[in-house]
Amino acid sequence: MPSNLVNEYFRTENLPHIWCPGCGNGIVTRAIVKAVDNLGLNREDTCVVSGIGCSSRASGYLDFNTIHTTHGRALAFATGIKLAKPDLNVIVITGDGDSSAIGGNHLIHAARRNIDITTIVFNNNTYGMTGGQYSPTTPTGDKGTTAPYGNIDMAFDLCKLAEAAGATYVSRGTIYTTNMLIKLVENGIKNKGFSFVEAMTICPTYYGRKNKKGEAVDMMTYLKDYAINVAAYDKLTDEQREGKFIIGELYKSERPEYTEEYQKIINSFAEEV
Amino acid sequence: MGERFVKLMQGNEACVDAAIAAGMKFYAGYPITPSTEIAELSAEKLPRIGGRFIQMEDEIAGISAIIGASIAGTKSMTATSGPGFSLKQEGIGYAVITETPCVIVNVQRGGPSTGLPTAPAQGDIMQARWGTHGDHSIIALYPWSVREIYDATIRAFNLSEKYRTPVILLMDEVIGHMRERIELPTDEELTIINRKKPSCPPEEYKPYKVNEGDIVPEMAGFGEGYRFHVTGLTHGESGFPSSNGEVAENLIRRLVGKIEDNKDDIVEVHEYLLDDADMAVIAFGSTARSAKSAVDILRTEGYKIGMFRPITIWPLAEKQLEELSIKLKKVIVVEMNVGQYYLEVDRVAGKNTKVEKFGKVNGELITPEEIVSYIKEGNHA
Amino acid sequence: MTTATKTKKTLVVEENWCKGCGICVAFCPKSVLEIRNGKVNIKDLDSCIQCGQCELRCPDYAIYLGGD
Repeated sequence: MPSNLVNEYFRTENLPHIWCPGCGNGIVTRAIVKAVDNLGLNREDTCVVSGIGCSSRASGYLDFNTIHTTHGRALAFATGIKLAKPDLNVIVITGDGDSSAIGGNHLIHAARRNIDITTIVFNNNTYGMTGGQYSPTTPTGDKGTTAPYGNIDMAFDLCKLAEAAGATYVSRGTIYTTNMLIKLVENGIKNKGFSFVEAMTICPTYYGRKNKKGEAVDMMTYLKDYAINVAAYDKLTDEQREGKFIIGELYKSERPEYTEEYQKIINSFAEEV
Repeated sequence: MGERFVKLMQGNEACVDAAIAAGMKFYAGYPITPSTEIAELSAEKLPRIGGRFIQMEDEIAGISAIIGASIAGTKSMTATSGPGFSLKQEGIGYAVITETPCVIVNVQRGGPSTGLPTAPAQGDIMQARWGTHGDHSIIALYPWSVREIYDATIRAFNLSEKYRTPVILLMDEVIGHMRERIELPTDEELTIINRKKPSCPPEEYKPYKVNEGDIVPEMAGFGEGYRFHVTGLTHGESGFPSSNGEVAENLIRRLVGKIEDNKDDIVEVHEYLLDDADMAVIAFGSTARSAKSAVDILRTEGYKIGMFRPITIWPLAEKQLEELSIKLKKVIVVEMNVGQYYLEVDRVAGKNTKVEKFGKVNGELITPEEIVSYIKEGNHA
Repeated sequence: MTTATKTKKTLVVEENWCKGCGICVAFCPKSVLEIRNGKVNIKDLDSCIQCGQCELRCPDYAIYLGGD
């Protein structure tokens, strides 16, 4: 018998999920559901749209209107859903490769439009589903099955990308700081516009093993020690910041939302008649 | 109501007006010649009727958005041309396996690649059939006049709703940009088919279960009280992924069968002067207009020739082609490519009659004179 | 499934779903949990302060505070 929360929002007949032991995806998925529960969103009016990859399997476990789309395109599908039915709450679940490599352009443009979609990126720094190839967020120097001599690419700062592209809510959390992550997702959903929440998660099976990062617990401990809240980070010296990354609410702004702007055009014709 | 409009209309314009008449409320796409008028007119007209248009960041986003909108319960369309049609194949496959109704217009131009952007071609016949990966069947229609674009667009929506499948509306640069005076059908003359909504309560709904007597599963939309899952992975009646071999086999055979087993309903052909003919030209789209003229010219010279014009390109008009092959001495497939539809005609009709091909790929229309010359003297263009 | 009761809430383990990653064990502030035979086991319920950290971080929804 699962917990009330899981019973309420998960398709328990499909559990246990396919994710590996110690994979953080389940923690992020629960955090999303908890945020939805805290906000009291109606399941009938809520859509979860995912792409392809480990994280994108989450949609099949969640008891909402759910769609597991093609690789990288979750935001394009979600844009169609949201524009066709603007009253729906649309949440996109995607991974680092899905959202920033093959789907990078869709991310940029969904953010630019400020369409009211909340995107949660499960960032595990690797392509897990295909066996641990380096992704756009694999740190420079780290290894992947396609970076056997170390990754020479610069890792993408997805939050900076989202902010620059026009997202009106940008935050980053981790699976260690779970309560904060729940709050970030909640605030993302509450924002009327494009919200981007990067959830730092772990892939012990591929990324962890390939880079000798230890077991799931060791990788969680890393998140605990190296994720610094935005307020605290500001007070650190450059030396103290070395190797650390910022979590918390990184950017907020207000800008007209896409479907509302489109509705104004529709309304202008309705008034004419 | 009941009023009959006569208009001078462009092919691409007729497509948009017909789509709206068929119930289109959502269009997403990316600009590409020679289909741009379809996007431009959709942008202008949709908000006036409470519909929505969006210009997406690329072709794949365009088809992805219309699939999303369709799953949310909205009739949707996108339009493109060759290079964009290549990109849209990913989404077409997704719409096939998820059984999502939508219409994809391909106003063909010369290819491969960027090819001949503003010149006509019919080089995407096989791509329309097999462009997306994996086993599947598809419906593709190809009108030849502005009025028929109107009818075919409505039929494309109707077939997509009835069979829960993407329908490809093939055009070419000539018919897309051609202007003709057309008489629009009245509302009473139109038959509009809408997807069948679930008849059961939400707790009993299985999104991919075909009820007895139905061709396809009933389709709920997002936000209509039925919480269901859609995936591009092989799935059973529940809609959830399954890697079970039997589930996969059943799904693919059902998806193919719902189209191939209903050819009598789906396939539409136009036969011209074939009753007494011993020879026929087979052509479609703008080429068929030249073929008809060629037939008229040859008839005056005593040739017993007719024209067979598939309006439904896919699924193949196999039965009709076979019947034709039995009574004719020769068929000539005329198309603006190096011989694509020809391959299928030869497969079906080749055992009973002589099958020849005549084509051009220089971006110019095939003229009636060229067809006449070929038939009389065997001259290739 | 094993349950153990203390005051109002119940620490519940759904053994079938537990993949034995040890995250709940490592971050339990009161060392209530252990891994035994590859699954989580409640070894010291009396020390549980019902903080719910295990539930928050369990990737498999295999442990939670239930029944208040």
